[in-house]
Amino acid sequence: MLHRILALVHKEFLALLKDPKSRMVLIVPPLIQLLVFGYAATFDLRQAPYAVYNEDRGSASRELLARFAGAANFRLEATIHSDAELAPRVDAREVLLAIHIPQRFSADLEAGRPAPLQVIIDGRNSNTATVALNYVRGIVDRYNDDWRAAHGGQAPPARLEIRAWFNPNLESRWFFIPGIVGMLTLIVTMLVTALTVAREREQGTFDQLLVTPLRPVEILIGKTVPGLVVGVIQATVILLVATLWFKVPFLGSLAAFYAGLALFLLSGVGAGLLISSLSATQQQGLLGAFLFMVPAVILSGFATPIANMPPAVQLVTYADPLRYFLIILRKTFLEGAGFALVFDQLWPMAVIGTIALLLAGWLFRHRMY
Amino acid sequence: MPDDAVLSADRLSKSFQAGGRIVLALKEITLSVRPGSVTGLIGPDGAGKTTFMRLAAGLLVPDAGSISALGLDSTRDALAVQAALGYMPQRFGLYEDLTVQENLDLYADLQGVPPAARADRYAELMHMTGLAPFTRRLAGRLSGGMKQKLGLACTLVRAPRLLLLDEPTVGVDPVSRRELWAIVDRLVQREGMSVLLSTAYLDEAERCAEVILLHDGKVLDHGPPGRIADRVRGRTWAVTQPGMRHRDLQAQLDGRPGIVDALVQGEHVRLVTAEAALPQAVAARPGIVAREVPPRFEDGFIDLLSHGRGRHGETHVAEGAAQAAGDGRPVIRVAGAKRRFGDFWAVDGVDFEIRRGEIFGLLGANGAGKTTTFRMLCGLLPASAGHLEVAGLDLRRAASQARARIGYMSQKFSLYGNLSVAQNLEFFASAYGLAGAAQRERIAWALDEFELAASGDQLSGDLPLGYKQRLAMACALMHRPEILFLDEPTSGVDPLARREFWQRINALAREGVTVLVTTHFMEEAEYCDRLAIMAAGRILATDEPAAIKAQARSAEHPEPSMEDAFIRLIEASPVQERA
Amino acid sequence: MSAQRGGSAMRLSGLLRKEFLQIVRDPSSIAIAFLMPIFLLILFGYGVSLDADHVPVAVVAEAPSRDSADFIAELQGSHYFVPQVMTSMPAAEHALLKGDVRGIVRLRADFSRQMRAAAGAPIQVIVDGVDANTARLVEGYVQGAWSTWLGAKAAAQGQALQTPIDLQARIWFNSELKSRNYLVPGLVAIIMTLIGALLTALVMAREWERGTMEALMVTPASMTEVLLGKLAAYFTLGTGGMLLTVGLAVWLFEVPLRGSFWLLWLCSSLFLLAALGMGLTISTLARSQFVAGQVAIIATFLPAFLLSGFIFDIDSMPAVVRGITHVVVARYFVAIVHTLFLAGNVWSVILPNAAALAVMAAVFLGITWRKSRKRLD
Repeated sequence: MLHRILALVHKEFLALLKDPKSRMVLIVPPLIQLLVFGYAATFDLRQAPYAVYNEDRGSASRELLARFAGAANFRLEATIHSDAELAPRVDAREVLLAIHIPQRFSADLEAGRPAPLQVIIDGRNSNTATVALNYVRGIVDRYNDDWRAAHGGQAPPARLEIRAWFNPNLESRWFFIPGIVGMLTLIVTMLVTALTVAREREQGTFDQLLVTPLRPVEILIGKTVPGLVVGVIQATVILLVATLWFKVPFLGSLAAFYAGLALFLLSGVGAGLLISSLSATQQQGLLGAFLFMVPAVILSGFATPIANMPPAVQLVTYADPLRYFLIILRKTFLEGAGFALVFDQLWPMAVIGTIALLLAGWLFRHRMY
Repeated sequence: MPDDAVLSADRLSKSFQAGGRIVLALKEITLSVRPGSVTGLIGPDGAGKTTFMRLAAGLLVPDAGSISALGLDSTRDALAVQAALGYMPQRFGLYEDLTVQENLDLYADLQGVPPAARADRYAELMHMTGLAPFTRRLAGRLSGGMKQKLGLACTLVRAPRLLLLDEPTVGVDPVSRRELWAIVDRLVQREGMSVLLSTAYLDEAERCAEVILLHDGKVLDHGPPGRIADRVRGRTWAVTQPGMRHRDLQAQLDGRPGIVDALVQGEHVRLVTAEAALPQAVAARPGIVAREVPPRFEDGFIDLLSHGRGRHGETHVAEGAAQAAGDGRPVIRVAGAKRRFGDFWAVDGVDFEIRRGEIFGLLGANGAGKTTTFRMLCGLLPASAGHLEVAGLDLRRAASQARARIGYMSQKFSLYGNLSVAQNLEFFASAYGLAGAAQRERIAWALDEFELAASGDQLSGDLPLGYKQRLAMACALMHRPEILFLDEPTSGVDPLARREFWQRINALAREGVTVLVTTHFMEEAEYCDRLAIMAAGRILATDEPAAIKAQARSAEHPEPSMEDAFIRLIEASPVQERA
Repeated sequence: MSAQRGGSAMRLSGLLRKEFLQIVRDPSSIAIAFLMPIFLLILFGYGVSLDADHVPVAVVAEAPSRDSADFIAELQGSHYFVPQVMTSMPAAEHALLKGDVRGIVRLRADFSRQMRAAAGAPIQVIVDGVDANTARLVEGYVQGAWSTWLGAKAAAQGQALQTPIDLQARIWFNSELKSRNYLVPGLVAIIMTLIGALLTALVMAREWERGTMEALMVTPASMTEVLLGKLAAYFTLGTGGMLLTVGLAVWLFEVPLRGSFWLLWLCSSLFLLAALGMGLTISTLARSQFVAGQVAIIATFLPAFLLSGFIFDIDSMPAVVRGITHVVVARYFVAIVHTLFLAGNVWSVILPNAAALAVMAAVFLGITWRKSRKRLD
């Protein structure tokens, strides 16, 4: 029995890797995508263009503007001289925000009156707008504190001391790159598994397999192992790139990471094989892969937190293996978690994987035309 | 070159890139096709038939030489040629999700048939093809034969002066085959059309006015089929030896010096000899009865080709296979087997028994239920009702043990196309539980026996069809099965490969392997010990070939062929609904 | 041969009818064009949100007092937070590690006393930085709650709060900063990329595999006519899907459409041409459904999702990656829909992006046209 399974595994690997083109499909796109997406996926603002409309001649406004000019998040795009110039620049997306300093700004400050500072932000991308607003507020708050310190103003009765754990500089890349590891692993698993059974059915070799003494369990194992092996290698390479190239810290236990990876691959392979054995043609397999993959990525909490979703949608996410794996990834990468902290995420993937694989195996023999 | 030729090629060459090597498909071919008749393009697989047709239709650009159709250069004036001739590719592109009428409308639009002229043309075509009752049916729901007829009708929406048909009868049952030929004959006689038709069925060559014999990209011969048959006049014989089964006699004679071809035909063995007299090896046999018979096209064809291609000698396929032959006990028993798909009974109560060492044939038109019966016996499909037993094992209970004892070769020669020949063999050997020395020994045997050693590291997907068939058979025999299931094992394979194949099957049967085979080739049915003829999910007759033919004997047909007998049986059956 | 034969118009109408019949007969194209958009839009529309609401935070009041209760009440009053009041820091840290809360607000035991001191009382805020974006939002929300609380306190004591600079921020186009308003129009672009590619990625490959291509090639129909027939049919189908998604965006998700509907229609048509062209190119070059399928998986969804500006701002990407985004068709359309939906007919945004779409469409269709000659080799 072991011998037969090994032969099957051997054959699957040959079918997968023999053709240089299919080797490329498994290796090159995921690496390129990791690099490109690793840089693309960020909510941090860098060099956001802004315009300044300064009607004030005082030194206070110059000092404030110097602080904006010195911030890495912003880049001065234009200095304008009338209200009419402002709107077109925001409309045309030339600038993300416009800072308007009114005439009496310095005078008000010196006089101890609240000096109004107008900031106009393009809200088309609400998230960018929120982030930009926070940066602006940070600069203004620091200016206020310094002003108060220098001019003996009265401090407020309470002040905030904010610290971010696990990611002190709040680099969103640290958040997204572990997510990309999970996403790419899922896609490669789908590429390897979602079309295999359908292709064998179309070519007639699946019948040939079924008339041998191989039992469905053996076929199932034979088809699962390549997905697992390719997935583990792939994920290891991506892990190395993430830590060595992108310098995302990996603080947790490798054992916990690989346990999570193995179970995630099991559920991914299960889903892929289930789709594949349900479909009679490769076209259906492709459609099925999309219909699984797209929601799996969207609902995993990769880009937008699950907590923000309505309760009904949150329920659906419990069926998404990527959801659990992403939590494990982030916990092991950034929070330094060991087994104990990720255990809650391990068993649901085992359950999903087992159910999907059992169903797929059952369908091998029971789905005929 | 005759001036009135509808199609002429002048030193035409074409090569392809296949797996890093360059394959010369056509080598400096010069020929011309006469108008107003049917010209057959005959040759084994890979002879270059399809390439020639595509060049004629302007779909390929020749490497050298020229080809012109209806006076237009096919390469330079491709669009004009395509507008003028009709071409039906091997797999005609019917849109299966469109109805018969919609397919016709599409091609009428594409061919620019004026709307006013359509009604008459449609009526004529529908009458000719017998598709009139089915105009609203989806093309995908038609039987194989009807699809081919619809393909032909679509090609003919605007009557072309020259019609190119690429293997129009492959995979079509005998009844539909006759109907297709009736249409072609009518086109030539009534409309004066010129037809170039390629085929692998040699009996069809005899219906052509002229044939062009293509082999290895070269024209071997060109002329009336009678002339090609005449090559071997005086060298064809019908031989019998009392007390010896014709199959065993054939096996003993085939490949002997002086014998070009030996095959079972009816009750005797048909011989083609190298000389005008019987060779010593035959004449010296005790009690041998030999009678000279008129030559057929096929005899001449084999004779021509055998010069260019070495024939395989003795076969030892079943070396050590299975157990001792024929104890007369049935190894396959089917009683009242039924299978339903939705509300349609694909197999509706089938009974038969097959004895050890028997070659049992299942014949039937497309959709008769052969393949379903087959799949049930292989354990690929559970029966809806009835009892199926293979090697003494009930398929309901012990399907996996039963599977270990059968070999199965499917219609499509299902192999892993992106694995090499040796890798395919290794995989199937392991799948059947062979390991270590036993596996190596068996693979060595297969490579040697099926002459695959030279192509051991080639991808099986790149093999010519005949090689694929041999490899598929080797894979099915890895574990020395006692029962062999063959589903249309020779469809699309050229006559030479077919002969080798049957040699092997005979050798296997002699050693006690039970063989169940489905086929479309009527002459092949004669190789079987017994036949079951199926239609609409039922068995119409089960008997020895001679007895089945005897049933069809009548005044007009004193000596009916198997095809005649088959067609008579089908037509007489009450359940004739072949759509 | 018949005396007169129909021309190009007849052939085109025949091909068009064929494509439509095939679409009607094949439920999967209809499903891709109409059910997929609804499914995806509803899933994404509800599932994708960057607005953190009701964020669970632990509030540790080490020594409950009137002042701390006052501050906690401020947090409780905000719909951004669901405060869980705890008394010990270790319990809160554990909750943070387990992921039960996103942040900790700690009021030390001497909170009340410090408040009266000159330096003021420190309020320690710890956010879970793993999800940097949410962390930043939580920071912002806490700051907001804190300054409201300060203002209220000052007002209660009858004095104005001393803030040297009074920041007056105005968010244009999306004053409530609802992320749905920008995500849903972007989704229209993502969904249409997927659908355009899925509809056409397999059609040419299918004709090759089924042998229908050879039969078409020997008719007088030219390759341009065959391609036009396909394009027109799937364009119509895609427009249907597009109208559906735009309709859902406006009626179901109540995203304001401030620009002209007809301009949106026009730009959508350009985009659809480019998306269909991309699918046709994949299909024509691959000739096999398996390869075309794999390419479609890799080349459509993730690039459109991550590199189009749909969710991640293109301006924040490094220059090299920004360069790569220029080959992503969806990026131009995302820019157009964001502007058309939220800002209006801003020609300076629409014209260059529409021109880029036209160029992309021309490139893809050109490649397809060049590569589909009436030859088999």
